[in-house]
Amino acid sequence: MTEAVSVLAHPSTPTGAEDLSLLHEVALRTPGESHVEMCIQCGTCGGSCPSAAAMDHTPRAIFAMLRAGMRDEVLKSNTPWMCVSCYFCTVRCPQDIHITDVMYTLKNMSLQAKQYDTTAADFSKTFIAMVEDYGRSFEIGLAGIHNLKHFATRLPNMAPMAIGMLTKKGMSPLPPKPIKGMDQLKKILKRAKELEAA
Amino acid sequence: MSDYIFYPGCSMESSAKAYYASVMAVCKPLGIELKEIEDWNCCGATEYLSLDVTPAYALIARNLALAEKQANGSKTVIAPCSACYLNLAKADHYMHEDPAFGAKINEALAAGGLHYDAGTLAIRHLLDVVINEIGLDKVKEKVTKPLKGLRVAPYLGCMLPRPDYNTRYSDSEHPDELDQLLAALGAEVIDFPLKTHCCGGHMTQIGPDTAFELIRRLIASADQYKADVIVTVCPMCQMNLDAFQGQMNSYFKTNYKIPVLFFTQLMGIAFGEKPEKLGFGSEFVSARQAMSRIGVETPEPVEQAPRARKAEGLPMPPPLKKGGSTSTEEEA
Ligand code: SF4
Ligand code: SF4
Repeated sequence: MTEAVSVLAHPSTPTGAEDLSLLHEVALRTPGESHVEMCIQCGTCGGSCPSAAAMDHTPRAIFAMLRAGMRDEVLKSNTPWMCVSCYFCTVRCPQDIHITDVMYTLKNMSLQAKQYDTTAADFSKTFIAMVEDYGRSFEIGLAGIHNLKHFATRLPNMAPMAIGMLTKKGMSPLPPKPIKGMDQLKKILKRAKELEAA
Repeated sequence: MSDYIFYPGCSMESSAKAYYASVMAVCKPLGIELKEIEDWNCCGATEYLSLDVTPAYALIARNLALAEKQANGSKTVIAPCSACYLNLAKADHYMHEDPAFGAKINEALAAGGLHYDAGTLAIRHLLDVVINEIGLDKVKEKVTKPLKGLRVAPYLGCMLPRPDYNTRYSDSEHPDELDQLLAALGAEVIDFPLKTHCCGGHMTQIGPDTAFELIRRLIASADQYKADVIVTVCPMCQMNLDAFQGQMNSYFKTNYKIPVLFFTQLMGIAFGEKPEKLGFGSEFVSARQAMSRIGVETPEPVEQAPRARKAEGLPMPPPLKKGGSTSTEEEA
């Protein structure tokens, strides 16, 4: 670890022209010691990934691209968005790289760089808009709004399920009651967003 | 009775009412007293982390701060949902491991007059508390109706055994805690090879084809092992495997019908509770036949569609009568 960290700390070491600024940024933005610079390209992550078939680059390739400074290519990739957060790669990685957390960081970065905006990102946004209004999430409303926007042709197939949610599971189609500390929560999130931008 | 701080999570109030009911029903006899965090908020699931890491952790940490304030005596937070559990554990872990990050999150909390001292609370899933604090001996003492003859597939999903910051589980890929618990209830436990594979997570919403394949693998494997039921520890896993089993079947032209239950529902049955009190009947794939094998009669899930007015209340258009759609019978 010490060796790799020292490379990051001195981006212009004798190793030459490598531009590690992208790698550095990802490391900085990921909470904890992500070890993102330690990848040995073994491929264990891609081989473990249940979503690999849907990804345009395997997780291993993403780590190579990060080191190579291929910012646009990484931030345009669908790879982080196909990640289902199963943590198989994370526990199997011989270098203890927090791969799943790095995928979250890459999603943040690609949205902020406006490089990638998809159904996946939109689902997250719809979900969070609810949480920011009510302090709670609300599955039926979420699924309804989201599917109307993105899978309108699938809706006939969804109807029996939606009805089942109401009858079998006794779910309410109404939004939840906001939490009492909604003002407090809004202040916290506002400050957190400022800190993130800083 | 020992006091625990309780973080129910949003699905316990909507899609996973059966989980809520059965958790309440089994905690009492085991001496677990749950004190809900006053005015808790959503943990953000995996969605907020995807958008904005700092607010995502601040959202989670508000719950930790409230729990710490409320804690008197107990420092253990029980979360019954795997995703909520991992989010709470993750925030506590990283705020502790990375003090600069912890300070940043506390700066956000301070805007709402709150603070959390990372590392003060122990974040645990109910399964872990039952196994490691209450103990299987106590569980066995409470069993009055062993689940003899019921073949169960123990299914944990991802976020409980991985990344497991506090090494509470015996293995990150093949842990046997749930197996042990179900065996203590008298069930016949299959050695389920996919017990920690992914249920599809939110891919049911954003990439249904990927999700259906992940669901299919789990259901097909449980079926191969002739499991009567799949047992879950998480509302999201339960929802994906149960509510989407019908759509998965239409997608692959298969006809699986494996009921998916919460581990607490089976604990309740083994403890002699009435099925009605444990949320039976709220599952999509009826558990009636499976449970009748061990002489337990559970309510039939409600089948009839609600009145038209009610369906209009949904933020969805009415079913379209377009060519090729046989949708309304699809789920039956
Ligand atoms: S498993 Fe770890 S070391 Fe191996 S390629 Fe993936 S990230 Fe790199
Ligand atoms: S956590 Fe994401 S990247 Fe890693 S194996 Fe699972 S789906 Fe793939």
